[in-house]
Amino acid sequence: MSTQEDIIVKARGVTKVYTMGAEKVHALRGIDLDVRRGEYLSILGPSGSGKSTFFNMVGGLDKPTEGHVEIDGYSLSDLNQKQLAWVRCHKMGYIFQSFNLIMTMTALENVALPRIFAGESPAKAREAAAEILNVVGLGHRLTHLPSQVSGGQQQRIAIARALVNKPSIVLADEPTGNLDLHTGEEIIALLGDLKTKFGITIITATHDMKMLSASDTVVWIKDGQADRIAHRGEFDISVGTIDGKTLA
Amino acid sequence: MEKIPEQKHVSWGVTFNVSWAGIRRRFFRSLVTMSGVVLAIAFLTYMQIMNKIVNALIDAHDPVLDAILQAAGVEIHESGSNDSILLLIILSLLACFVGIVNSMLMSVTERIKEIGTLKCLGALDGFIVRSYFIESSVQGVAGTCLGCLLGMIVSIVVAFMSYKMHVATHFPWLGLFEALGISLLTGTLLSISAAILPAYMAAKKQPVDAMRVEE
Repeated sequence: MSTQEDIIVKARGVTKVYTMGAEKVHALRGIDLDVRRGEYLSILGPSGSGKSTFFNMVGGLDKPTEGHVEIDGYSLSDLNQKQLAWVRCHKMGYIFQSFNLIMTMTALENVALPRIFAGESPAKAREAAAEILNVVGLGHRLTHLPSQVSGGQQQRIAIARALVNKPSIVLADEPTGNLDLHTGEEIIALLGDLKTKFGITIITATHDMKMLSASDTVVWIKDGQADRIAHRGEFDISVGTIDGKTLA
Repeated sequence: MEKIPEQKHVSWGVTFNVSWAGIRRRFFRSLVTMSGVVLAIAFLTYMQIMNKIVNALIDAHDPVLDAILQAAGVEIHESGSNDSILLLIILSLLACFVGIVNSMLMSVTERIKEIGTLKCLGALDGFIVRSYFIESSVQGVAGTCLGCLLGMIVSIVVAFMSYKMHVATHFPWLGLFEALGISLLTGTLLSISAAILPAYMAAKKQPVDAMRVEE
């Protein structure tokens, strides 16, 4: 039972088939994966490998054609829409490549949204949002609109929004994809800090080699299958240097 | 094992609170959407009121008036109804329908990705439908009222210019309110349903499918 409790995400035989006209496209061909609580897991693979599809299944954003995904012991496919919404709201935090902030809402209002969906009053939700925005270093940008801050700051707002409900898992889809190298590094460092501080599990889909050095486990997806799984120390990546500082 | 609870609905008050911020900050975009409604409803109102006024003048059976009407190109039938104007009203209703549905549809479809994001954050389908209901109601009612006002003023001014003071003596008060009522109902119902249907369909999608929609 104790080992069972350490596993927060359990994917078994996850398959996804898209039907495009008469043709059937197998995006995923049966993936098994366990993610331990508190782990930093990166999913790697070229575009078209099924990486994003698998990532979406784990995040409860899409349904597998066959197989199932368990989060904290609950099978996602057994949940109804309202329970799924509850899981997305309380258990998961999402970070996207293009930030996906609501452009008509200030940083504070964006971060307060998940709290409001959780049933909190707007005033209390904003209090909690201000607190977490301070943690990500944006305490001075509370009333700014996303269009008024830089890309890196937008991603920080998105990270604050992902964390505001104290989720167990944070899913980050190419979180550094739209950022320059330096800003990307800062965001990776921030994610690493927050992982330790809040004890969250982080799952990322990426092809940014910088992210691998922060990972505990890396899964390579190829042709819709888990090609290789490596733990820290088992993979060795050299990505060169920036300003004389070695990455990886 | 304990059961996963169901996500609770966000109250109307809080939903309004959240939507209002959006309406306020998207003010100019809202104006564009609203102007579509205003023009469509103004046209419909104008056509209706003009029809009522002309019919009222025909019903007066005043030989002097009949001469003015005929000079203006109005066909006077014994029944008092005017087929060509009726056709124009149906046409204006059609234009109104297309105009409103188009502007409301645009304002929702350009934000389907946002709907996907909201679902990721834990929004229920109901919250999304409610917030679009609030937004389209505000835009629809405001746009319809302005459109009614615009259509009414223009039609009355044009009627006075064409038929002078005869309009005042035979003014169709009942017809005026009837026309305004039809316009109000058409504008509000069309605006709300044209926004809610696509919002409902987007809310029903899996979040990834909604977010995959091209902007």
